[in-house]
Amino acid sequence: MTDGQAVVGAFEAAGFTHLVWVPDSHLGTWEEELAGSRLAPIRPCREGEAVGIAAGLMLGGANPLVAMQCTGFFEAGDAVRNVAHDLKLPLKMIVGVRSWRAFRMGKTADNCPHYAEKVVSAWELPFDWFDPATHTPEALAGVVGQLRGRPGPGLILWAE
Amino acid sequence: MMTHSEALEVLAAHRRDHVVITTMGSVGLWPALSDSPRDFHYLPSSMGQGVPLGLGLCLAKPGLGVVVLTGDGGLLMNLGCLVTAAQYRVPLYVVLIDNGLYEVTGGQPVAGAGRTDFATIARGAGVGRVYSFDTLDSWKTGAAESLTGDGPVFVWLKVAGEKGKETPSAPRPMAEQIRRLQEAIGEKAR
Repeated sequence: MTDGQAVVGAFEAAGFTHLVWVPDSHLGTWEEELAGSRLAPIRPCREGEAVGIAAGLMLGGANPLVAMQCTGFFEAGDAVRNVAHDLKLPLKMIVGVRSWRAFRMGKTADNCPHYAEKVVSAWELPFDWFDPATHTPEALAGVVGQLRGRPGPGLILWAE
Repeated sequence: MMTHSEALEVLAAHRRDHVVITTMGSVGLWPALSDSPRDFHYLPSSMGQGVPLGLGLCLAKPGLGVVVLTGDGGLLMNLGCLVTAAQYRVPLYVVLIDNGLYEVTGGQPVAGAGRTDFATIARGAGVGRVYSFDTLDSWKTGAAESLTGDGPVFVWLKVAGEKGKETPSAPRPMAEQIRRLQEAIGEKAR
């Protein structure tokens, strides 16, 4: 089990400077730990906006991480395309995949899990999966460090 | 009513060492007024993302003044960005070029053209300093004050709509723009 403290610690250890994020019911559990962290949390109103803010941060030399639910990722498509493929900035993201575990067990009609990986692939973004319910904090540190070390854009699909 | 070009001429006279981020129609006009490495022509762009880009730059480089030139069409696509920006005390100057049109696509009116009170929207979003100018003389008089001091600042410029203008293009490739900007603001180019 990977809790908020481990998540925030992994982000800090990897060298991210800012977390630009719109919470969902899973990602939102990090709020308390973020408040006391070295990361500067930035709260936009919408997910595409988060991506634009991250672009400005990168232009200014910061190393932001953007976190959002897959529904917001769907909305943010043009912003992601622009920053990753027009500006060619190393946009790093964590995308929570709503209902992923229930989907795997055939217990949800939510179509988010069906589309999430397909949409990420359509934008040609390299990604890894992470499931905080079954993966260890050590595994998280590894996958976050790998994300941070990528020379270009990339993301982690976060099982919910 | 002032023209878009006239509005930018006044801005050019008062921009000092601010970064200037241009979007859409302003990309086609600003290069005739300035060729500073602190000019960033955000094209190709994602429409409505100029203000978030400028905010991110401000947050990464405390104290760096950033002017974002946005059109009314672009701002309407992302009005929440004003609420976001208002959370931070940064020298971000949002200059709205309001011509009531989607100029680049042929001059179709934007939603609410001529009826939307952008100053009230900005104040309601929490932006503390809001200015409106609908004549060239008033903009000339107020530009120096509105483009200095604590931010964020919202400047609403009502300009004449113009149709039939060429689709703008940035004067340099994006990679070169990024390199120039980062060198100018003291960041190592990636």
